[in-house]
Amino acid sequence: MMNFLDKDNLQSDIVLIVIFTIAILTMPIWLQPFGAAYPDLMQKFAIFGIFATGFNILFGLTGYLSFGHAAFLGVGSYTAVWSFKLLGMNPLPALVLAVIAAGIFALAIGYLSLRRTGIYFSILTLAFAQMSYNLAYSVLTPITNGETGLRVLRSDPRIFDGNGSETGPLVANLFGIEMTGLSGFYFCAVVLILVSWFAIMIFRSPFGLMLKAVKTNQNRMGYTGLNTRPYALAAFIISGMYAGLAGALMCITDPLAGAERMQWTASGEVVLMTILGGAGTLMGPMLGAGLIKYFENIFSSFNESTLESVFHFLPEGMREAAISVAGLFVGEGWHLTLGLMFMIVVIFLPGGIIEGLRRLAKAVFGRKRADDTPQRGGDTAPTGH
Amino acid sequence: MSLLEVNDVNKAFGGLKALNHINLSVKEGSVHAIIGPNGAGKSTLLNCLIGRLIPDSGTVTFGGRSLIGVRPYEINQIGVSRVFQTPEIFGELSLIDNVMIPSLAHRDGTFKLNPWHRMDGEAEIRDHAMSNLADVGLAEKSEIIADSLSRGDKRRLELAMCLSQDPKLLLLDEPTAGMARHDTNRTIDLLKEISERRGQTMVVIEHDMHVVFSLAHYVTVMAQGGVIVEDRPENIKGNPKVQEAYLGGAHL
Repeated sequence: MMNFLDKDNLQSDIVLIVIFTIAILTMPIWLQPFGAAYPDLMQKFAIFGIFATGFNILFGLTGYLSFGHAAFLGVGSYTAVWSFKLLGMNPLPALVLAVIAAGIFALAIGYLSLRRTGIYFSILTLAFAQMSYNLAYSVLTPITNGETGLRVLRSDPRIFDGNGSETGPLVANLFGIEMTGLSGFYFCAVVLILVSWFAIMIFRSPFGLMLKAVKTNQNRMGYTGLNTRPYALAAFIISGMYAGLAGALMCITDPLAGAERMQWTASGEVVLMTILGGAGTLMGPMLGAGLIKYFENIFSSFNESTLESVFHFLPEGMREAAISVAGLFVGEGWHLTLGLMFMIVVIFLPGGIIEGLRRLAKAVFGRKRADDTPQRGGDTAPTGH
Repeated sequence: MSLLEVNDVNKAFGGLKALNHINLSVKEGSVHAIIGPNGAGKSTLLNCLIGRLIPDSGTVTFGGRSLIGVRPYEINQIGVSRVFQTPEIFGELSLIDNVMIPSLAHRDGTFKLNPWHRMDGEAEIRDHAMSNLADVGLAEKSEIIADSLSRGDKRRLELAMCLSQDPKLLLLDEPTAGMARHDTNRTIDLLKEISERRGQTMVVIEHDMHVVFSLAHYVTVMAQGGVIVEDRPENIKGNPKVQEAYLGGAHL
């Protein structure tokens, strides 16, 4: 059943994208049993899925570990809110402008940072992101509105909004559809599907193969007649644009942009998402993003009474013990669970959760293929030709 | 007509003169071997040809064009490919990917932004890569990961990568080092065939005299950063200067 993940011809890609589309659009149904079918939360899944997918194009393919991708998220958010303020509440121009602005920003930061590789590259990107964060709080206050955050006001020009919308609520409005609740989620979901499809295209293209070559051996690339710098820069810009898009989507329901979106913890989070799900795999980063957001929003709200109902089958004394032990891992302690999970994945499944699923599928469905000669790397999954 | 012309090239690392007034002329269509004891400057010379090192003085011209200060990827694009002493391959990628990358570089140039193309639409490149893998005897391993190859196989993969670019000049740094005898013979046969069939111009650094004398049309002997003698292989064996360089003046 997981076999289609190992092939990379057009048919299996179409199967993949169809299954993926169905899975995303039916999220409100199948997330019900997990208690995560809130439009708000699902919208977060989609937005961070976009962010992680874009990050993976840089980190998963070229191996450049950026520690400052939240800066592009922030740029996207600010641009989107400015678009709302000046042009009106339609999310489409906001998204387009956010992607362009994040792309230009990524071009500047990438051009400078990509002069170094490895840890120095990571530090440079981190430094630039922290700089942006601090500037947003200080010098750039006229643009960012500092600590208060940038928000849409009734007095803003919003030149393309009709007269009637002046009294309406200040949320993004796609030709009459307000981007709240389920329609907000579906808007993000459609964007997610489109950009995932583009990511698959990149993975399967000669360009994507060159990005993998950047990760593997830059020396050889040079002596093979390829200029590595523009390849790495293009990947950096594309992933910056994905981040900008995610940043803009964060503003459609609540048109507010704050500098804390650019903080280094946000940059670190996307690294965690990508590695947890499986760097360099197509669907891994999205899975990682969903998982981390699920933990952050659902697992963290589990409290003693939730545990009580889980463990009520145990006898009296044991129940208390079980609850007090398990209590460390839920609620406030959800970081502990996440940390442990992350350690387990990094140590035992360097290819992320996707690799775990693939191994599981192999064990269940593909015993007869077990004696095959080693085919492709386990840790950089369905990368394709 | 000479394809590659090295004129009075010097290169020093601190106080060590690695290359001392080197002259070398490689004729189009010939196999030119460079031999010499360890530390003679053979690899340094190759590094000066591909842009890895820049000579302190002197000129290097390829097909009438100066190579001094030209970036490695540009030198490759004008037709110089190199097999390294320690294999430089894309270790995490499959063999077929390894060979398709240089083929694409040969076709598309130093950079091409084409995320909307699909690799599985590149049948021509794939066939070409497969035939190059078949040439070096690795066709049946095309889907495995390059890092899992033996060292000898890695060198043959690297050779296939270079050949896929149809280079005007092929530089080989000890192409048979680390290979078993029968692999060495296969590689000699392959190189010989390429030389005869395509008229491929090659510069080969080699320790193994068996390889040198079965392949080369010309031999340059280097020692301590200088060229001792350049001649046809049959005249090299008996040359007293060569014996002195190799055997420290002992007479056989």
